[in-house]
Amino acid sequence: MSDKLQKIIDALGHYDGPLVRLMEVCGTHTGEIARNGIPSLLSPQIRLIAGPGCPVCVTVSAYIDRLCALCREPRTTVLTFGDLMRVPGSRESLAGARADGGSVEMVYAPADTLRLAQEAPEQRFVFAAVGFETTAPVYAELLEEAVRLDLGNLRLLTSLKTMPQVIRQVAQMEETQIDGFLAPGHVAVITGSQPYEALARELGIPFAISGFGAASLLMSIYTLVRLKGQGICRNLYPEAVTTAGNQRAQELVLRFFEPCDAAWRGMGVIGGSGLRLRDEFRGFDAAGQRDTEQMVEDVTPAGCKCAEVLIGRISPGECPLFGTVCTPGQPHGACMVSEEGSCRSAYEYG
Amino acid sequence: MAVQTGMMNMTDQRITMAHGSGGESTSELIAEVFGRYFHNEVLDRLGDAAVVQGAGRIALTTDSFVVTPVFFPGGDIGRLAVCGTVNDLLMSGATPQYLTCACIIEEGLPVEELIRVVSSMAETAKEAGVSIVTGDTKVVERRSEDRSELLINTAGVGMIPDDREAPLPEAARCQPGDVVIVSGVLGDHHAAILSARMGIQNAIVSDAAPLTEMVSGLMAAGMDIHAMRDVTRGGLGTILREFAESARCGIEIREEALPVRQEVRDFCGLLGLDPLYMGNEGKAVFVVAPEDAERALSIIRGSRYGAEAVCIGTVQEAAQPEVVLHTRIGGRRRVGPLIGEGLPRIC
Repeated sequence: MSDKLQKIIDALGHYDGPLVRLMEVCGTHTGEIARNGIPSLLSPQIRLIAGPGCPVCVTVSAYIDRLCALCREPRTTVLTFGDLMRVPGSRESLAGARADGGSVEMVYAPADTLRLAQEAPEQRFVFAAVGFETTAPVYAELLEEAVRLDLGNLRLLTSLKTMPQVIRQVAQMEETQIDGFLAPGHVAVITGSQPYEALARELGIPFAISGFGAASLLMSIYTLVRLKGQGICRNLYPEAVTTAGNQRAQELVLRFFEPCDAAWRGMGVIGGSGLRLRDEFRGFDAAGQRDTEQMVEDVTPAGCKCAEVLIGRISPGECPLFGTVCTPGQPHGACMVSEEGSCRSAYEYG
Repeated sequence: MAVQTGMMNMTDQRITMAHGSGGESTSELIAEVFGRYFHNEVLDRLGDAAVVQGAGRIALTTDSFVVTPVFFPGGDIGRLAVCGTVNDLLMSGATPQYLTCACIIEEGLPVEELIRVVSSMAETAKEAGVSIVTGDTKVVERRSEDRSELLINTAGVGMIPDDREAPLPEAARCQPGDVVIVSGVLGDHHAAILSARMGIQNAIVSDAAPLTEMVSGLMAAGMDIHAMRDVTRGGLGTILREFAESARCGIEIREEALPVRQEVRDFCGLLGLDPLYMGNEGKAVFVVAPEDAERALSIIRGSRYGAEAVCIGTVQEAAQPEVVLHTRIGGRRRVGPLIGEGLPRIC
């Protein structure tokens, strides 16, 4: 370990100033922080809170319910990445719907989707398009290929979300009182640092765009503690993040998608925080009557506190279901499902 | 593969339902494949049951092997079927002596493949100092269009030496102050199988090996091993949690000390896997008293397959059974249970 890193660790361990509450909004950061045992190195005056940075966790139950209904329609198969399978809807998960006879398949890469759609032209394939700015370009590329191949049997059911609006919302909640944000590294590779510079100025709190190793995360935490109260954004992941980001990816996304309001688990509808298919690509939209915005209903099982965990109002251990009724084997709430979920991370490493 | 004359007609064949009929073809298969490679005094009698010498305390175990692919870098299902059962006997403090071999073969399997597996079993059994004394062959219909599968069950018998004075190893005997030793690098078998399945080319090979020399060396030295376990499915993390749970103690390990080959580390990083939960087939973890640690480590390091053994942590008093990892940067975190199914069919 370098001297510089040791000094940062010492400083963070001995910090005795006013309480600092920092939020990370990237599921990979949440996992890395836990795996490296970073909370154990921090003074009790520095608290890390896992925010809404896991795309699976912030998905509302109405979206899962819609997928469960679609997979039972004739000649229809729902395709999804693995994590979404076990997220509970209001009555069942996709895994449950599949066990009940629904047609659901897990895919590992968008190329699988194209292959499946080409091999069975009479079957309709609905891809569960969940994700943040990082994943949106993947779906845009998929659509580009689908257009080129003139695939008429591929649809997306979108639940795509963007970060800046939800960060603003959480920052402005009185009960959360966030003093600084670890900005999401992967997302910033695509969007650039600009959105976070603007947010820092607007909200008057510091942002640090962080990489993924322990050293990078500790450096970012240290920077945020030092900058407390100042509306400054520091790019501490310059090897991957530029000011403007990946413009080709941004353009590709905007060719197929446009901003829309979106529902977040536990937070309701946040204006301009989602992406939906543009009108000219309506043919690819599984939501039919442009009712993506109506998929807002958000039912959680009795006692589940995912909504409060997601905005940092409580820690996972404070949920009455945590670790007893709700475990990774039997998840009741979305935050216990994905490896990026804050409850799952607390259960594994806490 | 060196093939002896007289077998020439069989090596080109595929297994058919007739080979499982109990008739002439079965006899031919047993004589030309199993009998030829496993050949020993007890087996050669081909009785309904093997009659062997035994007295005193006997250890008995069984394990089934369903790995795909059947041949993988560093081994095959045959080597695995011997190592798995031999190592289980060793871990109970027994000296492995006899193995059974039951094969369930899907029709269509090339006999040449069966011979490769059987000869690998024979070779591994020889290395492990055990005899395969009885067996069974069943042929079943093929279930998949692509290939014919081969499944193997081995049962094993080992003897607990009469003159053994030290108590047998048992997870509940871990006590505060004890030292935890791992016999070598973690995750190789798991990573090798996964690479083979995913068609990834790399230098990772399975570590499948019988730990006879290592364990018998410790036993012969009269070492009082408090607990030992072969690090198979579930990985080191799962085993240490079981130790902590059984002995109602804490176990603290150092991330820095965990031996993992760089290729395996890179492979895990790429796929988001944790070597702490990956299976091996030729590694063991030992818990010994602190005053025995140096000697145990030197015996293990001096044995075949033990050169990379290291101390990774200690047993501690704890209010709650737990395993704690000290991370590279000096942080602490809990080693949680393995979640989800891990990877099916690695053994």
